[in-house]
Amino acid sequence: MTPAAFSPAGLRFENIEKRYGGLYALRRVSLSIAPGECVVFAGRNGSGKTTLLRVAARLVRPSKGTLEFSGESGDGEANSVRPGFVAHATMVYDELTAEENLLLFARLQGTPQPGNRVEALLQEVGLSDRRASLVRTFSRGMRQRVAIARALLHEPSVLLLDEPATGLDPHGVTWLAETICRLRDSGRTILMSLHGESEISSLGTRAIRLDAGSIAADTRTGATFRSILTFAGA
Amino acid sequence: MSLLSNTGVLLGKELRTEFRSRELLTTTFVFILIVIVLFSFTFDPTSDESRRFAPGLIWLAFLFASSLMLQPCFLREQHNDTLSALRLSLSDPFVIFLAKLAANTLFLLLTELLLLPFFATMYNVPVLGVLHWLVMVFFLASLGISIAGTALSAISAQARMRELLLPLLMLPLLTPILVASTEVTKALFDRTPFVQWKGIGFLAVFDVVFLTALWLFGEYLLEE
Repeated sequence: MTPAAFSPAGLRFENIEKRYGGLYALRRVSLSIAPGECVVFAGRNGSGKTTLLRVAARLVRPSKGTLEFSGESGDGEANSVRPGFVAHATMVYDELTAEENLLLFARLQGTPQPGNRVEALLQEVGLSDRRASLVRTFSRGMRQRVAIARALLHEPSVLLLDEPATGLDPHGVTWLAETICRLRDSGRTILMSLHGESEISSLGTRAIRLDAGSIAADTRTGATFRSILTFAGA
Repeated sequence: MSLLSNTGVLLGKELRTEFRSRELLTTTFVFILIVIVLFSFTFDPTSDESRRFAPGLIWLAFLFASSLMLQPCFLREQHNDTLSALRLSLSDPFVIFLAKLAANTLFLLLTELLLLPFFATMYNVPVLGVLHWLVMVFFLASLGISIAGTALSAISAQARMRELLLPLLMLPLLTPILVASTEVTKALFDRTPFVQWKGIGFLAVFDVVFLTALWLFGEYLLEE
């Protein structure tokens, strides 16, 4: 990965609630995440992991509560932090090539010298030789590489990964684990939702289990960390 | 400035994907052509009858075809959740609407202009003398249809019965455009053609009002 061109940022969720009609997706979630932490969210389907990440990405407006991003200095540069987000879906256009997709989003984000940035990212994710191929011709693993490259275009200080290993074969999972490891070591704050214990979950420095939209467990220590992941995946 | 440049970038994407697949243009063109041909079979119009009925017929065909064209506008963005990627990338979500309605207007206008010679031949309506006025009416009406249709497409894309909802919402809302554009076209097809400024003014006001409403409230239409 390229050297950090970002200021590390942390997040603070304050009494976040999200309701869809009468259904609570999140209930009074309060959580502080320090800059540089790598947090694994675990929990059964419907426990609120995706909603929490989408709230953090500002794609979902909470029904109640506040979300704040802060720089390392704690100066609260709220709206200047634009997280990188990798979701279940690839969030790229099948009808465009890998290069066209990345150039499109780089230009929309106002990335300086978009051509150079896209070139560098295509090399980083190992897709330089397939740059001119339409994304619809890609395997799931290759699409995920494009998705990660898209999320990294603007050098985000916060990365949100929603079950990033879904549909990947073992080789793809290993590549993803190595990539996340490099991103974590570069000082980015990473929040990822996962199902069960895996190569990727072992990269976490903190594990949080969500249950019915609430935080059921939160730990940084080894044994409890593993139990959170294994229980959630059970 | 970033509003216009971002709209340009996104419009480029819309045009590139459409001209690569040609799905919307082909289906809309074929649909309108079928309507025009079928109607010409059901009654054998004299020149006078054509002048009376053809403007309403062609605008009804354009309106129904536009509901086909506008349907995938936001549905396409849901397939890979690219709408979220756009929302994450842009500080002003109005850019998404502006690019989509510009693309829809261009596609509609292109289809209408391509079909005009077929229409003129089958219904024996002389259009060459008033072509520039027709292009203006086509533009103003297509813009209005695209503005309202793009907004409704964003709403219906999130609904359960999305395929049915868009025409149900769109067709009644666009009735004023249908009436105004039909009246203006009828005046242009008259034996002594004249410009019905009242209708043109109405179309322009409709466009401005709906565009302003979209600018003010569009953001809420994209929320999850």
